[in-house]
Amino acid sequence: MTVMERVITILAVVAGTVLTRFLPFLIFPEEKTPPAYITWLGTVLPYGVIGLLVVYCLKDAVFTAYHGLPEVIAIGFIVLLHRWKRNTLLSIAGGTILYMILVQRFFIV
Amino acid sequence: MKRKAFQAALPHTIPIAVGFLFLGMSYGFLMRSKGFSVFYPMLMSFFIFAGSMEFVTVNLLLSAFQPVHAFLLALMVNARHLFYGISMLERYKNVGWKKFYLIYGMCDESFTINCSVTPPPGVDKGWFMFFVTLLNQMYWVSGATLGALLGYVIRFDTKGIEFVMTALFVVMFLNQWEESRDHRSALTGIGCSFLCLLIFGSGQFVLPAMGLMILCVTLGRKKEDREKEGRR
Repeated sequence: MTVMERVITILAVVAGTVLTRFLPFLIFPEEKTPPAYITWLGTVLPYGVIGLLVVYCLKDAVFTAYHGLPEVIAIGFIVLLHRWKRNTLLSIAGGTILYMILVQRFFIV
Repeated sequence: MKRKAFQAALPHTIPIAVGFLFLGMSYGFLMRSKGFSVFYPMLMSFFIFAGSMEFVTVNLLLSAFQPVHAFLLALMVNARHLFYGISMLERYKNVGWKKFYLIYGMCDESFTINCSVTPPPGVDKGWFMFFVTLLNQMYWVSGATLGALLGYVIRFDTKGIEFVMTALFVVMFLNQWEESRDHRSALTGIGCSFLCLLIFGSGQFVLPAMGLMILCVTLGRKKEDREKEGRR
């Protein structure tokens, strides 16, 4: 990518993000109430989207030499650590460090 | 009036400061380790200001040039803002020019504070929400910038550091899992995404996955409604 292409990509992301923030206020300006279906989607979808993002992060790992084994080990570790300590930052740091050790020492491509 | 609102807002944002500095720094450091100068994370964290999407954008910038895909992906990943917005229609009323910034700077954390905390009596609601939003954005941008600057100084094998994004989403997933007793949406999200990943491949699966997910939860809801009708 050239610098210009990078700038355009970032601007596209900014535009998409800004749109998600402003759209409700543009569609429902004053006393308009959003339909029940939309409000309901708002309560349900966030759970699904996080699942999508987890899969998005692993999308390339599945098709590599180890078929995502280091990822699975690190995620397993995060789940255990998080159940035990329930500390968001500790779980993120612990999982990332373990993964870095795994791919640097044991699962070398 | 501003001073009082600032003093009321600050304590609520301290836990966010810790998290944002840490995550922002790992984001800035990640961008630096992928060869981007400090201006990228600084400007991206300011203008995009949506953590997950910024991590995703690192990947976008390293793959082929597809601005439309980037735009649609940003819409999808940040779709939750739509629903935050719907919840804030009422609260953001009558705050004057600050409304524009409140909407622009709305992130998960600012939303959580602004929709759950009632400012103490005598504190202006608009300014309170303004400072909550502003402080949170400052923490995030400072974290990202600091992380990238550290990336110039500290040298070690950063292979695998991109896993910080996966770890972040896994922990968010776990937190949501504990919060709710109904896991259907979460499982639908994983299931639909994985299915579409296998069918469409890693390049194109996000949009079909999102569509399938909306379809599945909507059908689940219809069925539930029918069952409720039947019981009556």
